[in-house]
Amino acid sequence: MNKLKSMKKSTRKNLFTYLLVIIAYLLIQLLQGQGLLTRSLQGQLVPVCCYIVMALSLNLVVGISGELSLGHAGFMSVGAFSGVVAAMALRSSIASPALRLMIAIIVGAALAAVAGFIVGVPVLRLQGDYLAIVTLAFGQIIVNILQCVYMGVDAAGLHFRFDNADLGMTDGTTIISGPKGTVTVEKISSFTAGFFLILITLFIVLNLVNSRSGRAIMAIRDNRIAAESVGINVTKYRLMAFVTASALAGAAGALYGLNYSSIDPSKFDYNTSILVLVFVVLGGLGNMWGSIIAATFLTVLPEAMRGFEDYRMLVYAIVLILVMLATNNDQLKGLLSRMIPKRKEAVKHG
Amino acid sequence: MMTFLGYLVSGISLGSVYAIIALGYTMVYGIAKMLNFAHGDVIMVGAYISFCATNYLSLPAWLSVLLAIIVCTVLGVVIEGLAYRPLRQAGSLAVLITAIGVSYFLQNAAQLIWTSNTKIFTSIVSIPSLRLFGGQLTITGEAIVTVLTCILIMAGLTFFTGATRMGKAMRACSEDKGAAQLMGINVNFTISMTFAIGSALAAVAGVLLCSSYNTLIPTTGAMPGIKAFTAAVFGGIGSIPGALLGGILLGIIEIFASGYISYQLSNAIVFAVLIIVLLVKPSGLLGKYTPEKV
Amino acid sequence: MKKKNFMSLLLAAATCFSLLAGCSNGGASGNAGANANVIKIGGIGPLTGSAAQYGIATRQGAEIAVSEINELGGSIQFELNSQDDEADGEKGVNAYNTLIDWGMQILYGCTTSGSCAAVAAESFSDRVFQLTPSASSTTVTEGKDNVFQLCFTDPNQGKTAADFISEHKLATKIAVIYNNGDDYSTGIYQGFAAEAEKVGLELVSVTTFPDDTTTDFSAQLTDAQNSGAELVFLPIYYTPASNILLQAKQKGLSFSYFGCDGLDGILTLEGFDTSLAEGVYVLTPFDTTSDAAVSFIEKYKEAAGEAPNQFAADAYDCMYALYEACQKANITSDMSYSDVCDALISVFTSSDFAVDGLTGSGMQWGANGEVSKDPLVVQIVNGAYVNQ
Repeated sequence: MNKLKSMKKSTRKNLFTYLLVIIAYLLIQLLQGQGLLTRSLQGQLVPVCCYIVMALSLNLVVGISGELSLGHAGFMSVGAFSGVVAAMALRSSIASPALRLMIAIIVGAALAAVAGFIVGVPVLRLQGDYLAIVTLAFGQIIVNILQCVYMGVDAAGLHFRFDNADLGMTDGTTIISGPKGTVTVEKISSFTAGFFLILITLFIVLNLVNSRSGRAIMAIRDNRIAAESVGINVTKYRLMAFVTASALAGAAGALYGLNYSSIDPSKFDYNTSILVLVFVVLGGLGNMWGSIIAATFLTVLPEAMRGFEDYRMLVYAIVLILVMLATNNDQLKGLLSRMIPKRKEAVKHG
Repeated sequence: MMTFLGYLVSGISLGSVYAIIALGYTMVYGIAKMLNFAHGDVIMVGAYISFCATNYLSLPAWLSVLLAIIVCTVLGVVIEGLAYRPLRQAGSLAVLITAIGVSYFLQNAAQLIWTSNTKIFTSIVSIPSLRLFGGQLTITGEAIVTVLTCILIMAGLTFFTGATRMGKAMRACSEDKGAAQLMGINVNFTISMTFAIGSALAAVAGVLLCSSYNTLIPTTGAMPGIKAFTAAVFGGIGSIPGALLGGILLGIIEIFASGYISYQLSNAIVFAVLIIVLLVKPSGLLGKYTPEKV
Repeated sequence: MKKKNFMSLLLAAATCFSLLAGCSNGGASGNAGANANVIKIGGIGPLTGSAAQYGIATRQGAEIAVSEINELGGSIQFELNSQDDEADGEKGVNAYNTLIDWGMQILYGCTTSGSCAAVAAESFSDRVFQLTPSASSTTVTEGKDNVFQLCFTDPNQGKTAADFISEHKLATKIAVIYNNGDDYSTGIYQGFAAEAEKVGLELVSVTTFPDDTTTDFSAQLTDAQNSGAELVFLPIYYTPASNILLQAKQKGLSFSYFGCDGLDGILTLEGFDTSLAEGVYVLTPFDTTSDAAVSFIEKYKEAAGEAPNQFAADAYDCMYALYEACQKANITSDMSYSDVCDALISVFTSSDFAVDGLTGSGMQWGANGEVSKDPLVVQIVNGAYVNQ
């Protein structure tokens, strides 16, 4: 206990976060083992994991690095499509689905990192809303290009055609088919894989944030010129956050892509990017724990509201607006801090 | 050559619609410093109101446009008062998310009110098409009206922000809200007025958009909204001539890209051009470069 | 610190609220008697978002059929629960899981191909019988013995269209405008292009447009015009098609047009000037002149306030196909979905099972899940379909 107390506050907080994620995982496994989870909730476990990783990685860009990105789903799509291709191409050579999933996630992350680097180098010269619009544009470009990609695999290896469905295969499997997106994918994603991916993501993000580089990134966010004047390489650190986030988004994409037998490219347009941004802002900028809760809550919410039938998405919109208004309401905040005196103290000291 | 001119005319006509939407974006951004993602959906509401006025109430075209403008103006002010004003002190991202919520709300409310079925918008323009060069080049009445309206609005707005009291108040608020308040400007009222003007422009844009491209569904405003937002940034967000230039250029690039380069990738090309322009000129074509101060 | 904790509290409160809301789940239609043999049918389609009109049309068509079937008072009654998938695979699978929780025995859907392909993989591994009214992509049925289509497949439609054009000598120089962001449209085009080559049709202009709601077609139409095309093939939905027809008219271009089943419904669009579509050929399965169709159209208008399109008719036929198959296989409400699935597969693939419906008579299914029925080509004359 003393050891725990003697730790740095941030380390304690981080350990707490890991612990809660692990408890949540064990709890869900227990419930699933007892057959207490509905099919509907079980089906959402993997996508929720993907969105949590997406939210955590975007939080690194928006919350920690302070850049507004509206194209995060673009990196997810790179990861999803490359991950699916990797997993499907290795189907004959690697028998274990878990190993294939791991390779797919690594491939997805690597390619998304490359995409993040290519986009990041020129784009990170921009600031604020200009950066936002360029990332949005990038997301749309990726979707537009993916809609023209045809890929398949046969005994001779991978076949690729742009804007032409005729892959020239005799007995191969088509993996990516233009606007249909990925087709006939073998589903190998699992909740456990998602759980480990969340842990790894948390580990990477929290370590980065609490490292020397992380402090440099936050210094740039808070005051770029001041940071530059003390010798921090602005481009390097902004790029570091951006590429790390892209890689994690790619990993999430691979997990997502291998959880569905088919996904079309338009899934990854600006709507999904905005959805993930909503998770991040609602959970609190720079607050990893908040991102996890918000991503879970906002993914499950529309499903839980199926009882509203046609009014479902309308109610969802209203809840979203009200939550935003409530969380930014000073009176409500004041009321709450009066009700819970401990919180008040925390504010004084924090 | 005729093909080229034909594309140019279509591009300018399409671009003018983007420009009118972008003007609304730019006005709101200039003052409230927020990306109003719900702007595209106000366009859709405007088009629906005009559609209902002509098809169900049999009102004449000009009255239906007026009605659309009034409803959208009220809607804009109400949205600002209910959803954005309470967040004035909060970060810009909080307002952005609320705007997304409002956008979802408007789309779904429209679906419940007007159903999701496609409505075919009857053009409000009764000017016949202009045929030049022995019928080789056609300029539609809609295109003429759209371009003229766009120029008119742009001139009006330039005069309004430059010469009127209200316009000056708007510019003052956009420079420094605190200082403007100290000078006796009612900041809240000024922002409401900006939303009113922006939404009125959205109504006009909605009617013109649907007059040229006749289909109307609850998500009609989404993509033009995003493209016009792009156009506003392209031209330099916050700048009125910039929005006009950005909108028209975007329209022309879009048509030329699909006409001369690739149909499949026309959207990708539009966005790629945007990225390149912003890399060369980071604050947009006509945007003010504001050096950062410590 | 304060803000974070406050957030968590609020989110927790909202979660409770949403879970409470979730408890009232199970929106079902149909009012069957207490003792009747009620089969639970789950429906999936987009009820919100930009494809909502297609999903809502299928839901409405299916609901009319279900209430008719229940009024017959036979030993089999249907209960239909329609869920929204926003035309998205992820939401489709969520909707599917919700329906499994509800106790679905037969799956009817999805409306759109993209979502349907994702859901069909689930229904295949669970062994749930699936009949889709309108997901026409071949990926939906490929390799899955439990999934059946009531509509023509995309390549098949393209092939039929090319054959019809060449047989009736409508044109030899053809322009195609299709939506390259949509698998339905791309699928038909690919089938059409392959067959056109065989039957000697010349594709002089092939242009596409991206998947968004407002598009300027000047470049596409100009290309068609410059290439000297006589006929424009439009394998797209009626919403962009109405836009193309208008823009072509504004430019003073006069092509003849040929569309597929996605074009069906263009005449009944609210506010549509039917003279724009004069002379357009439509390959549609929905014969609006039959007695059954007239009665269906009347009921649909009463319920929805507008005329049905082929989406609604396909959905209506789906319910009757399921009804006849259930009768034949003696499906009961206490059977598990996998038992129902096996029984229905053998009925659907048997050679003596044929269904007469609004979209075709004597419809039969092969083991690959594809339907065989006669295609019907109509021409729009004076704002109405005339059979060709």
